[in-house]
Amino acid sequence: MTSIQDAPAPASEVVLEAAGLTKHFPVRRSLRDLFSRTHHAVHAVDDVDLTLRRGRVTALVGESGSGKSTVARLLAQLYPRTGGDIRLHGTSTRVSGGRQFRQYAARVQMIFQDPFASLNPVHTIRYHLTRALKIHHNAGRTSADLERALHDLLNRVSLTPPERYLDKFPHELSGGQRQRVAIARALGANPEALLADEPVSMLDVSIRLGVLNLLRDLKERLNLAILYITHDIASARYFADETVVMYAGRMVEGGDSETVTQSPAHPYTRLLIDSAPDPDRLHGTLEADTRDRGNGEPPSLIRPPAGCRFHPRCPMAMPRCTTDLPVRLEIGDRPGHWAACWLYDQGTVAAEQPGSAAAAGIVREEAP
Amino acid sequence: MSEPVLEIRNLNVDYGLGEQAVHAVRDVNLTLHRGEVLGLAGESGSGKSTLAYGLTRLLAPPGVITGGEVVYHPEQGEAYDVLALSDRGLREFRWAETAIVFQGAMNSLNPVHKISTQLGDVLAAHEPTMSAHSRQARCREMLKLVGISPDRMDAYPHQLSGGMRQRVMIGMALILQPQVVIMDEPTTALDVVMQRQILGQLIELRERLGFSVIFITHDLSLLVEFSNRIAIMYGGRIVEEAPAASLYRDSLHPYSAGLLSSFPALRGPRRELTGIPGSPPDLKGMPSGCSFHPRCPKVFEPCAGNIPVLGRPTTPDGASRSVACWLHPVVESVG
Repeated sequence: MTSIQDAPAPASEVVLEAAGLTKHFPVRRSLRDLFSRTHHAVHAVDDVDLTLRRGRVTALVGESGSGKSTVARLLAQLYPRTGGDIRLHGTSTRVSGGRQFRQYAARVQMIFQDPFASLNPVHTIRYHLTRALKIHHNAGRTSADLERALHDLLNRVSLTPPERYLDKFPHELSGGQRQRVAIARALGANPEALLADEPVSMLDVSIRLGVLNLLRDLKERLNLAILYITHDIASARYFADETVVMYAGRMVEGGDSETVTQSPAHPYTRLLIDSAPDPDRLHGTLEADTRDRGNGEPPSLIRPPAGCRFHPRCPMAMPRCTTDLPVRLEIGDRPGHWAACWLYDQGTVAAEQPGSAAAAGIVREEAP
Repeated sequence: MSEPVLEIRNLNVDYGLGEQAVHAVRDVNLTLHRGEVLGLAGESGSGKSTLAYGLTRLLAPPGVITGGEVVYHPEQGEAYDVLALSDRGLREFRWAETAIVFQGAMNSLNPVHKISTQLGDVLAAHEPTMSAHSRQARCREMLKLVGISPDRMDAYPHQLSGGMRQRVMIGMALILQPQVVIMDEPTTALDVVMQRQILGQLIELRERLGFSVIFITHDLSLLVEFSNRIAIMYGGRIVEEAPAASLYRDSLHPYSAGLLSSFPALRGPRRELTGIPGSPPDLKGMPSGCSFHPRCPKVFEPCAGNIPVLGRPTTPDGASRSVACWLHPVVESVG
């Protein structure tokens, strides 16, 4: 295997970048729509900017349906994008299968949520890893090279001794071991960026941290850029350097993980953090912090609310929130901490009372 | 402590028969008191769901209850053993006295029937004398109780969101006002915001209606917050049982400690966590002695040879808790 440990790179080098990334999934049109000439689409991802740097973990936090997995699939070029740009080392790339896709996949690899489904049950671990190595030309020339590369991969993900695992089938391994094989397979391509889509949420709680610690270790040794997608904001704090929060297809807040989790700025991030189970909060202190005007459900993405998509649920909503899309505003407490929320625009807050739209019950849905 | 409502004594559940049987639940002793939330935590394969199915006699073959008793204390009248009930007695007991909300409850509604039909069915089966009109009224009332507008009565399950379906399931479990509600991972498939809303509502309902809850989940941090007492299962046995606060503050069993430190904290200092090394045991080839010993950081001589008994530890708060670990000498065994 070619050595990537000694690849000299500045720590902050940008590997993969998304700018204004947008994905709309078309909705099947009914007969009536054909006459009215309307085009419905699910606005799964709108205007997402994301930067993955070498040796850094970026967490993308959101609830189901927030579009976080779609972002990963767009970045892996598994879906064609509707708009925006994906830049690999500054070069705009758009691939759709074939040789180009393989070249792209050699540099950007994805790890899926469910290791029970992402490994083929009829093939051995050796087969899975050999295939990854051969496709991405990392298998070497001789069978001895291949064997060495296989041992190397399993050693890297701490499945030692490798001989014990190479000829096993996926069903003979536990969930954590299987996810390690899936990670080894991704490493077989010798990538620069790893896109991990909820890599631990299917695993038993006691072994989740083992896999996260492994990923962190790999990040440091191989200088990888990692996108960590999760719904668990506490694990983002633990594992990621930066955290970005998504709600209903849009990014609402970002910054370094410690700042975002300790002094959340956007009302949605606050709701998310208040809702996370917290053993230190014993009994009875529940009502005060469920400040959700809605019923805990995200809006329809076919007809997303106008303005800020969180405004129907936001306790701080102002009239402007119901009409104007909030821009990214610097919070100012720590460099790089931003939120897309009008609460941080002093002009708006001075002119309108925070919570005034919430009190008046103003909710605007986008016109069909 | 209030009086017990459900007592599990030496319950054993196997999958399969004879030599090849897998012992999924072994010698479990557990008491549920009136009005409390008892959390049951453990990893997958620890036997927590099997225990719930066993005590309600819902086990599907090849699951068999090989021993023990489950004593139910009704509000009035004599206590009886659920495992000894006749089919007829069992039909009356289920749902009316003990209801269960299943894992993935969102998908356990019948997709081709309206919510009102499915709620009404329960009433029709258990209270056949009830008129159709009062059945409707009761369903309406129940939906309102769990926070669903009664005009959604005639909706089909697919027209409701996951959270609403979950609420319907909880409402359905409560419709006959049972004394005990067993919840098997009721919120695992939901988002955290929804999870908190539903659990908050459940606690509120419990205070109002006074039922007891057995709450099964793998998320220990959730249990610490929501339950009164927690029992931790590992390899089919209960390894520790304690009031939620004491378990969180000073857990005695190394497995409980490991489980607690498997959840990164949202507040406080950021520190390196390790989880628990190794993987959960295979029920087919259980380690000898304490089943946790191959993964235990504090393992010493007696662990591999002998199975520790669950008993009251000698700590100051020993009377309210029990543990099965050689590190903690016990004064009296439980059960």
